[in-house]
Amino acid sequence: MSAFQAAAGRDVSAPVGHDSGGAWGGPHMAEHAARGPASKRIISGYGFWIFLLSDIIMFSAFFAAYVVLVGNTAGGPSGADLFNLRNVELETACLLLSSFTCGLSSIGARTRSGLWFHGAMAATFVLGAAFLAIEIHEFAGMVARGAGPTRSAFLSAFFTLVGCHGVHVTAGLLWLLTMMAQVLAKGYRADILRRVLCFNLFWHTLDIIWVALFTVVYLMGVVQ
Amino acid sequence: MSHADRANDPSYADAAPGDERLYGDEPAESVGSYLIGLGFAALLTVVSFFIAHTTLVWTPSLPVALVVLAIAQMGVHLVFFLKITTGPDNVNNVMALAFGVLIVLLLIVGSLWIMTHLNHNMMPMDQIMQMQR
Repeated sequence: MSAFQAAAGRDVSAPVGHDSGGAWGGPHMAEHAARGPASKRIISGYGFWIFLLSDIIMFSAFFAAYVVLVGNTAGGPSGADLFNLRNVELETACLLLSSFTCGLSSIGARTRSGLWFHGAMAATFVLGAAFLAIEIHEFAGMVARGAGPTRSAFLSAFFTLVGCHGVHVTAGLLWLLTMMAQVLAKGYRADILRRVLCFNLFWHTLDIIWVALFTVVYLMGVVQ
Repeated sequence: MSHADRANDPSYADAAPGDERLYGDEPAESVGSYLIGLGFAALLTVVSFFIAHTTLVWTPSLPVALVVLAIAQMGVHLVFFLKITTGPDNVNNVMALAFGVLIVLLLIVGSLWIMTHLNHNMMPMDQIMQMQR
């Protein structure tokens, strides 16, 4: 029995089989996973899920720092002076729709449909890039008004938290292009599909973090 | 259920986070699931932005209302986009998530608790400045 199944408290008495190499879907895989060690697809998905949770914990530290420092404006502008909710609405719409198209791309990958996969991935890229463009424009505007990260503790925490999310989105966009190129060059191989699964998880998680972000930073900043 | 039955029962297989159940999901059903998720998430987002604009919610309770809406939306994302379910094939994923949530809560609640009390117990700033002279 693998440690993976032992951790789930599952009783598997069937003989341990060989690794299937992560064949995608189908009755064969389900049977295999129940009998022997879990497939590579499940193990890498699970491992990446744990990484994402650790990433969320890192973000929660930035959130805690932001909420502690939000009042320390050192006589400078506060969130209510700086934030433009129109921009935030657009950003939120872009990211939510990109999360949806990212889900559609995973269906395209499963059904091996090039039009679905590449079309949905391209839509995800465009929406993600639009999000990033709005965010960079917002940051540039704030720095131009003298409200850069060096102005106050509040702004340092703001740029750290929101900028960290922006860096994640940037990395996600690069990863997205890599996945499109790899599927084009190597086809729907099991190892490529595992990477596509991990990319999907990553992108959806970025949207979850953005939900916390627009609530805690922007909406509460404007309300107070 | 005997061991042999369990080994042949697909619902006892593990599922990777983000994956559909191993059996029975047609692409059309998957699109439907993502559409439902998009609809719920969009609704919750619109409500969040709407109540922040208006005075529909009693103002002192607005932050609480916003946090509740955000947590609901995170749940929608987890279920419909990340496919984290309560099924027996998802025990590992849910356990990892529960541990993550515990650490996040400890970090945020603990930080806020300590820092507000520290603020309360600190000498006013002008007195500190005088002591340093």
